Amino acid sequence: MRSAVSDRQPRRAFAAIWRLLRALLRQPQSAIGAALVGFFLLLALFGGALAPHPNANDQSHAVRQPPTLDLGALQLGAHPFGTDRLGRDVYSRVILGASSIFRIAGLGTLISVVLGSALGMFMGYQGGWLDEALGRIIDALLAIPALLLALVLVGIIRNLDFEIGSWQAGLADNVVLLVIAALYIPIVARVARSATLDIKTREFVQAAEIRGESRAYIIFREILPSVIPALVVEASLRFSYAIFLVASLGFLGFGARPPSPDWGLMVNENRGGYYRLTPWALEFPALAIAALVIAVNLMSDGIRRAAQKGE
Amino acid sequence: MLPFLRRRFVFFLFTYLLSSLMIFFLLRVLPGDPARVIAGGREATAEQVAEIRAALGLNAPLPQQYVAWLGDFLRGDWGETIAFRGAHNRELVLERARNSARLALVALLLSVPLSLALGVIAGLSENKLPDILISLLTLSVVSLPEFVTGLFLINTVALAGGGSPLADALGWWFPASSAVPANASFGEMLPALWLPAAAATLVLLAYISRLTRAGVIEELKREYVRAAALKGIPWRAVIWRHVLRNALLPTITVIAISISWLISGLVVIEFVFGFPGLGGLLITAIERRDLLLAQAIVMVTVTIILFANLFADMAYAALNPRVRLG
Repeated sequence: MRSAVSDRQPRRAFAAIWRLLRALLRQPQSAIGAALVGFFLLLALFGGALAPHPNANDQSHAVRQPPTLDLGALQLGAHPFGTDRLGRDVYSRVILGASSIFRIAGLGTLISVVLGSALGMFMGYQGGWLDEALGRIIDALLAIPALLLALVLVGIIRNLDFEIGSWQAGLADNVVLLVIAALYIPIVARVARSATLDIKTREFVQAAEIRGESRAYIIFREILPSVIPALVVEASLRFSYAIFLVASLGFLGFGARPPSPDWGLMVNENRGGYYRLTPWALEFPALAIAALVIAVNLMSDGIRRAAQKGE
Repeated sequence: MLPFLRRRFVFFLFTYLLSSLMIFFLLRVLPGDPARVIAGGREATAEQVAEIRAALGLNAPLPQQYVAWLGDFLRGDWGETIAFRGAHNRELVLERARNSARLALVALLLSVPLSLALGVIAGLSENKLPDILISLLTLSVVSLPEFVTGLFLINTVALAGGGSPLADALGWWFPASSAVPANASFGEMLPALWLPAAAATLVLLAYISRLTRAGVIEELKREYVRAAALKGIPWRAVIWRHVLRNALLPTITVIAISISWLISGLVVIEFVFGFPGLGGLLITAIERRDLLLAQAIVMVTVTIILFANLFADMAYAALNPRVRLG
């Protein structure tokens, strides 16, 4: 027989998420942020259909055309954001670039949140020497700045390529995704662990222990629903850092490889001497990054404040 | 004080050892065979690889390799650079670290007073207009990636401002280019530091000012503030003598923690500005697969960060009797 207490847990979790979302949309700043993120998400999902030139590497246009505000500019064949030095349509490339940054940052965050919270809840619930040892390892890992660790990890994976001489087909595109997941697992674990420590002394957890439930049941059915608000806040924060990191790694040349329409890479490819020739080829992707980062930050700040209010 | 210091120092040593262990394993074990990389990759013959393996001591068991490597590092023997032929890792890394430290110093001198002021203003006007404006500013403009703000500064100040009356008036002080020689003196380098330091300031501004704001708000809610105000002490005096003193104490820790942020930010900023610092060197090292150099750079960075944290905790304890005695 399940007690009434444990049956209420999952429903409480959904209610908490729902409350968070409603509070998010009530604040003007975070509502604007969420709307902008939604807009970019649509671009990411349907960019292939929305871009006038769905082939990002289509070099068939006249080179170095300036942007145009012509009303007919959205017609096929025009270049509202101009063309770059290779004759590629900047507007299409910016639209197409949304999908990779969302996929890498989003999936990377998702993987790190799922694995990190499982690890953290286990550590917090288990306690003892294992928790202590893992906690110390996480502390030591966090002493290395995130970007440095990311660069080193990308370098290592690339080195494996150099060493073995052949890429596993999908791996090359997913290096940054894996690095983000690896980087954020310990950070999420730390948050999940401390949230679990608060919960595990509650009565409903003790009740489940007395009923003789398994450890997995207690962690996932009893503790998880109560730590979900903290995890949602952490996930939104991680997502905003992940966007930042993907853009930075792309810019440094450690992310997507040319000729992918990656925003950071586009900024890097068009700086320096090229900036004088085609400033728009740098400005539009930089603007896209800026808008997305600001939007994600406004949204995650709203989620954090909504969660604090809910407590 | 002493038990606290002892505990803190043991923790420092432990974290340092673990971090070094991780750096060693990440860079020596995972990438496969460093000897093959040094020998020139796939094209190298088995004999060449074996020769380098023996020379580097890579045939020894891993724990032994780790101890030898850490001993070499602590003694200052960081090996020869592959990325730049004929250079020694130690001289290279220390020279670039010095340049980065100069940049970080200018950035801290710019950003700490500014962000403390912004944080205090925001905290004293919680949820009023100044606070909302400051939080919008720190959330949006300041949270942009460093390369976006860096390129913006380069394009609007250095490129567009060149030849303008302002640039003529500033003369030598005008930050035309940050790609200075790596061995320039601090004075020679100073004009080149303004723009990258301004970009780095933005990295820290949001972080420090938001934590300062939270500290001020928390302190304003304390009972003693109300008691002091009710006793008739002028509000200004309450703020200056009591609230700010207590609220700004944790800032020491915040600044130390933000060193880690600053280092990440400097990697990108140095790359954007072409500044000869540690971050730029790390990118070159990884691009040219110079693992020993990358290892030395990360070790130096971790050393700086852990020492900064240790120092901050000690300063905090010295200033805060509750920690010192607790």
